[in-house]
Amino acid sequence: MATLRTILTAPASARVGEVVEIRTLAQHPMETGYRRSSEGELLPRDLLRRVECRFDGELVFAADLHAAISANPYLAFQLKLPRSGTLSVSWAGDRGVAHSESVQISAT
Amino acid sequence: MIARRQLLAAGAVACVWPPARATPDSMQAAIDAFTGGSVVREGRVKLDISPLVENGNTVPVTVSVPGFEAAAVRRLALFTERNPQPEVAVFTLGPLAGRAQVATRMRLATSQTVVALAQMADSSVWQQRVEVVVTLAACVEGG
Repeated sequence: MATLRTILTAPASARVGEVVEIRTLAQHPMETGYRRSSEGELLPRDLLRRVECRFDGELVFAADLHAAISANPYLAFQLKLPRSGTLSVSWAGDRGVAHSESVQISAT
Repeated sequence: MIARRQLLAAGAVACVWPPARATPDSMQAAIDAFTGGSVVREGRVKLDISPLVENGNTVPVTVSVPGFEAAAVRRLALFTERNPQPEVAVFTLGPLAGRAQVATRMRLATSQTVVALAQMADSSVWQQRVEVVVTLAACVEGG
């Protein structure tokens, strides 16, 4: 089971009901399956397929990614903070890649 | 000079043209699969992408539905006309989404039309199309 190096950026605190930006970055080649190595062999497709963000289990945002997303996929989206809680983001892809990361956000 | 030649040769190997690529027809088929056959109307959704892109490997792009609550928007999607595959990404907005706005970075294999779609909670589908000129194509997509 391969894991990923990821960055999850969220504010440590915000007002209840405030809309805050969540930014995620994963270190991944997003190999398209169309590219050849310098030896001329077709490089097998290796993509991150799904990114999900939940706040205490409730869905905030999900993305289904294809080969046209750049290497090291970056996603920025918006959360409406309902209360203090845990924001978690999970990444899943080819070759059994799966990883998740969480951060606490406190409501003020 | 030799080093430069070797570099060029290596580039030529890495960037062979793709055997197959998306066409306006295959993009339409992918859009139909996303919409479930609903009529696609112009407006509501906003696609922010530079009309002139220097590097097709990483093109910043933002899709949003300004003037609407996030709850009024179910999904956002991006499609391309001339990448090897028409699909780029589909974004689903959950109950806790604060605003219908998503930013990412995409690949463009060549100059082409990029389409952003928004599927609203009432199932209506809206689009914006942007023509993008690419000066350095994404090798990664092109070959």
